[in-house]
Amino acid sequence: MSPLLELDDVHVRLGDSHVLQGVSLAVAATGVTALLGRNGVGKTTTLRAVLGLVPRSGSIRFDGREIGAGRTPWVVRQGIGYVPEDREVFGSLTVAENLRLACPDPAPERAALVDELFPELRERQRQRAGTLSGGQQQMVALGRALLAPHRLLLIDEPTKGLAPRLVTEVAAVLERVAAVTPVLLVEQNLPVVRRLASAAVVLDAGRVVHAGPAADLLADADRTKALLGVGAR
Amino acid sequence: MSTFLLLLATGLGLGALYFLVASGLSLIYGLMGVLNFAHGAFLAAGAYAAWWAATGGLPGAGPDGWGFVLATAFGVAVGAVIGAVVELAVIRPLYRRHIEQVLVTVGIGLVGVALLRGIWGADALPFPRPALATGTTTIAGAAIPNDRFVLIAAAVAVLLGLLAVLRASRVGLILRAGVENRAMVEALGIEVRRTFTLVFAVGGAVAALGGVLGSVYLGSVAPGQGTSLLIFAFIVVVIGGLGSRTGWAVAAVVVGLVQQLANYYAAAGVGDLSVVLLLALVLLARPGGLAGRTA
Repeated sequence: MSPLLELDDVHVRLGDSHVLQGVSLAVAATGVTALLGRNGVGKTTTLRAVLGLVPRSGSIRFDGREIGAGRTPWVVRQGIGYVPEDREVFGSLTVAENLRLACPDPAPERAALVDELFPELRERQRQRAGTLSGGQQQMVALGRALLAPHRLLLIDEPTKGLAPRLVTEVAAVLERVAAVTPVLLVEQNLPVVRRLASAAVVLDAGRVVHAGPAADLLADADRTKALLGVGAR
Repeated sequence: MSTFLLLLATGLGLGALYFLVASGLSLIYGLMGVLNFAHGAFLAAGAYAAWWAATGGLPGAGPDGWGFVLATAFGVAVGAVIGAVVELAVIRPLYRRHIEQVLVTVGIGLVGVALLRGIWGADALPFPRPALATGTTTIAGAAIPNDRFVLIAAAVAVLLGLLAVLRASRVGLILRAGVENRAMVEALGIEVRRTFTLVFAVGGAVAALGGVLGSVYLGSVAPGQGTSLLIFAFIVVVIGGLGSRTGWAVAAVVVGLVQQLANYYAAAGVGDLSVVLLLALVLLARPGGLAGRTA
């Protein structure tokens, strides 16, 4: 099966810093592809480069179409949803307004999925998103991305800063999400990666240093430690 | 008592005029972070366009009745078009470059005034006063000129319209979200740039409406009219609090009343000084303005 998203020799320069130095990777059309690496190696920048949130060069193809020169709204409208690190919900808007902003008229099955995954959001529809807990804000951010008819989701550290119980809940939700929509997932929590990801791409200093099945990488403790600086267990 | 009522009505009318000018200014700053010093030129251009239309330039338009309504609509449309063109041609390439924005909008303001002087001269021209605005209405013994009521009605309509759009429409939702996090709105697939152009057009339209009604109130139109009103509009925005529609409305009323009452009960000219003192006091007590938000 041909990849859904392909990056070829993508560079990002932010000020004097050459953050991405020729990143090439492929994201499968099904399941979860994990984007891994130590802090500051360019994982978030890679997602932002796909979306056009940072100036980039190189080729980015989505479903066979070149999107590397497109502006962010256009790229997103091609079918790529984004759940950013730190959620970035609109704090002054209510939960309902956050969701309506993302998709004013969602398909019934999408709305039903969000309702089913996040029943708490229905109860908090009129609450300002800025007053929600971190876990609840993550639900809004995920719900926002799920309502729109995206064909790929870029999800950046969804378990960051969450309590262990919530991490398990978010992982379960992501498992359901990935069954519907392929995901490129940036994640530091390796048990979550082990549970969700079928493929793994590892970045180091703005370059891809490993790409292959996630299970193979995580089964090799020495290699995992060498690439990620942490143990696989 | 009748004098005091007349002063109150005049102060409220003046406040309404300040609100009309401030609302466009603040809308543009609140969403786009653009401090638009060309806003006074939008106002003056709208007023001159309405004057031109009402004095025979536009078929169907005239100095009274529906003809004047058409002339006003023409002035408002000119303000909207100028706002949109300025955003598309000048502001868009300069987003996030605040110093350049200030310089370019100051430049447009100066050029706009010079252009109006070049075309229609530096002297104030008599502005048509429709019958509705020239009469008076007696309330508790005070004969209050109707133009005050027209200004107040227009300001209330604009305030309610803005609140309705911001709270109940999709554009309003995008605007409120865009004020908070523009990049994230774009990451939801929403083209914020179009909304920015719309905001500039609406800001220009409201400024032009303020220009027309201000000219009716003053009985004349002059090239520098917008610039002097702009100073008070900035004061209203700062006192009201950035981003707060109701804050600007309250501030506009307070500024109009303080200015009017001080001019009458102290001495002519003290009103302007009082407004500046009021600004200083508010900034000392509440740096974020009455609505409590800081820039």
